[in-house]
Amino acid sequence: MPQQVTRLVVLFGVMIAGLVAARSWLIPKTFGAIGHYRAAAIDSVTATKVKYAGHEACAACHPDVAALRVAGRHKSVACEVCHGPGAEHVESPSEKRLSAPRQRGYCPLCHGYDPGRPSGFPQIDPATHNPMRPCVSCHQAHAPETPREPEACGACHGSIARTHSVSNHALIACVRCHQTDKRHKVTPLLSRPTKPTQRAFCGQCHDREASSPKEISRVDLATHEPNYVCWQCHYPHFPEAK
Amino acid sequence: MSDPLPTDTHPVQTDRRTFLRKSLPVALAVASMAEADPPDATKAAPEPQGGSEPDQPRRYNPSEHYYGMAVDPGLCIGCGRCVEACKTENDVPREPFYFRTWVERYTAQADGETTVASPNGGIGGFPPIKEAGVLRTFFVPKLCNQCANPPCVQVCPVGATFTTPDGVVLVDHEYCIGCRYCIQACPYGARFLHPVTRTAEKCTFCYHRIVKDLVPACVEACPTQARIFGELRHRSSPLSRFMRFNNIQVLKPHLNTKPNVFYANLDGEVR
Repeated sequence: MPQQVTRLVVLFGVMIAGLVAARSWLIPKTFGAIGHYRAAAIDSVTATKVKYAGHEACAACHPDVAALRVAGRHKSVACEVCHGPGAEHVESPSEKRLSAPRQRGYCPLCHGYDPGRPSGFPQIDPATHNPMRPCVSCHQAHAPETPREPEACGACHGSIARTHSVSNHALIACVRCHQTDKRHKVTPLLSRPTKPTQRAFCGQCHDREASSPKEISRVDLATHEPNYVCWQCHYPHFPEAK
Repeated sequence: MSDPLPTDTHPVQTDRRTFLRKSLPVALAVASMAEADPPDATKAAPEPQGGSEPDQPRRYNPSEHYYGMAVDPGLCIGCGRCVEACKTENDVPREPFYFRTWVERYTAQADGETTVASPNGGIGGFPPIKEAGVLRTFFVPKLCNQCANPPCVQVCPVGATFTTPDGVVLVDHEYCIGCRYCIQACPYGARFLHPVTRTAEKCTFCYHRIVKDLVPACVEACPTQARIFGELRHRSSPLSRFMRFNNIQVLKPHLNTKPNVFYANLDGEVR
């Protein structure tokens, strides 16, 4: 073998050996075993300690409270939402005890009034709802009772009721225009009140031929903007608004 | 995934190939001398840190799963229990800049303005708003979208963030160099730099929980079941059922990130 080839072989051998050594030293173990990453990283993430034991862990030792909860309106609220993470408590029940939020500030996190909350979700104004009294002094947190049925529509539809009460339509009851089933008070979204659909409905009072008190403003339904229904231009809860 | 070790897949000239073939035994001999424990990936990979087999009766097989989450903003009441649970479960720093999940309140005004607020991620609730002039207001929980085509993984210069076979994007905290490229790349703002470890942090779908058949902490803590977690590829999972029965959207679909977090009946204002 010529001398220059021998030198090249040695030189390349050293370079390749250096490369292999550098790769094995620099590239972590298990890198590339599954993909372009360290496979052992998955195990280090998996090794994180679980702190929330999960909703099934509590019933084994607290069957009475669990049964109470799943029968009531808080059935979808897991125990650890209020009592905090319980994995340690499951392991050593007497040493790591959980607490309950009995102060007044906690329940309004869910039940304080916010216009962004879905309609029908039970909400109160913490400033006016029995101020200073802890919620648990009246409400059983594990099985809160069905809220008392609201007596008037304004209990839920406050802004409409306030506007309506100062309008020319104040003396017209809500149910005159909205046929409302009893069930609407319990399940508001499943049983919705009706709304008028015809021009003739307003015409019962406001048509020129209607047999209503003569102080009521009149239009000729046949010629007064026949292409529109009344509430496209007039707001029925406050009709004098321009 | 492709083989990360660049083997000689390119066509090479015959001379060089002959040379390499001749020098290969030399290189191997030197390598075996220099390295007592060669990086034999196939041997080390399946059980990298052993010792977990006797504890677990049934081994977790990631290829049997593919996870996703659906969020129903119509059910969210903005109580922030998910954020609280996430911070507790994952030891997320308590300062109000670090969130793996957070809740936003959208407020659409009659004048066309839409404002988004998330005071401390929503942990302590939301301050009251003036209702005059508000068209509609609602809450939207946000988290890492666990994209199937993740920009953060694409930009990582060292391979410290990756997608697991079960579809979760994770960060390797021992390998992350804290360059923040992934934080810039994420179009959802779902990543942050941990102030102590100086490595990238993000939602892991509570990977340590889901491998033990538990749901993520935020799903566990949600009192209205606004978050549904489950298998995307099993028709009988609660997630698949929810997705069949609802109008499903993803965030920023035009970016082609293919999120695995889905939103039901999303308002057009949500970004």
